[in-house]
Amino acid sequence: MSGSLPADHFVDRLLAAGFDFFVGVPCSLVKTLLVELERRGLYLGETREDAALGMAAGAYLAGRTPVVVMQNSGLGVSLNALGSLHLLYRIPALLLVTWRGYQGEDAPEHLVMGEVLPRLLEVFGVPFRAPPPEALEPAVDWAAACIRETRRPVALVVRPGIFE
Amino acid sequence: MTLTDALALLTPAIPDGTVCIHANGHIGRAGCAARDRDECFYMIGSMGLASSIGLGVALAQPRRRVLVLDGDGNLLMNLGALATIAAARPPNLLHVCFDNGAHASTGGQPTVSDRVPLDEVARAAGYRFVGRVETRAALAAEAPAFLAREGPAFLLVRIALGPPGPPAPRIPHAPETMTARVRRALGVPSVSEVPSDSEGAR
Repeated sequence: MSGSLPADHFVDRLLAAGFDFFVGVPCSLVKTLLVELERRGLYLGETREDAALGMAAGAYLAGRTPVVVMQNSGLGVSLNALGSLHLLYRIPALLLVTWRGYQGEDAPEHLVMGEVLPRLLEVFGVPFRAPPPEALEPAVDWAAACIRETRRPVALVVRPGIFE
Repeated sequence: MTLTDALALLTPAIPDGTVCIHANGHIGRAGCAARDRDECFYMIGSMGLASSIGLGVALAQPRRRVLVLDGDGNLLMNLGALATIAAARPPNLLHVCFDNGAHASTGGQPTVSDRVPLDEVARAAGYRFVGRVETRAALAAEAPAFLAREGPAFLLVRIALGPPGPPAPRIPHAPETMTARVRRALGVPSVSEVPSDSEGAR
C-alpha cells in the first residue's frame, strides 16, 4: 500500500515550519516518513517514548523545536513525562502520534488505546488534530503556531493509510 | 561519603558553562543547594529521564559540555538510555550516577544496584569511559579528570544512604522559570516566548 501523502513533502513542511529535531519510536503507520527522515539524517530512534520525550525536552532547552514520533501505544508510556516534565515546565513538542485501533479495526492489542486516544489527549490538555490525509500537511502550521503561542505539547494524530 | 559529601567534592570542579541536568529526588535538591547556576536544570518529576534530557541537550548543542547527575533508581528506570547514549556517542556528554542502592527520597527502599553493577552495565553498553569511585579521596582525585573526558563518559559514585529525610530544601525555582533560565543561559533567543498565563489550546 503506498501512502497518500508523500513523506518528502511532509518532511519539507515540518522543516519549513521550524521543526528541527526528530526523535521517536517507530510505528508501521509512519514507515515511509521514518525512511525519509532517516534518509536525510534527521531521525534519532529511542528505546521508549518517554525517553524520546526526554531527549526532545533537552533539545528544546538547547534551542530546538522537536518532533516526537510514536505509536499511540507509546502515548501511554509518555504520560508521566508529559505531565511532570513538558506540561509542568512549559516545554513544547510536536507529537506525531499514529492511530492504531482506528474505528475499532485493528489487532486486539490496539483497540483500547485506539478507542480512548482523542479523549486521552483531551484529558491531558494536549491540543490535537486528526486530519484526513489531505489536511495533515496544513495542520503542521497550526501545530507550529500552537507551540509558539502556548509552549505546550501539541499532537497530530496520523490515521492509517497516510504514510504506509 | 553521603550525597552531600560527594556533591561538595564534585560541583566546585565543574567548569562554568557546563549544563547540568539533575535527576529528581534528593539529587536535584542537594545539587541545587551545593551549587546553583543558570545552566542547571532540576527535574522534579519525570523520574528516569535526566539522562535522556542530557542527551537531547548534548546533541542539540555539540559544543556545549553536558553533565547528567543521575541516581541508581533513576538510571534503573530508564536503562535504555544507556544504550541510546552509547550508540549516539556524544563526545560532550558526561554521566555521573550517585549510587546509594536505594530510593532515598521515598524512604530508602532498596534498588538492585548492589547486585547489578551499573558501571558494568554502562561499560557493556559502550560508553567511551567508565569509572567507579567509592571514597572521598578517589572522587577528589578523579573529578577533575572525569570532567575533562571525552564522552560519553560514565562515573559511578558509590555513596552511603544518608539520614532519613531530604538533604536540602525543595528546588526554589518554578519549573517554567527553570526552562526559561536554562534556555537563556544556552543562548536561545526568547522572542517566541509569551506570558505564562496565555491559553493557546483551541
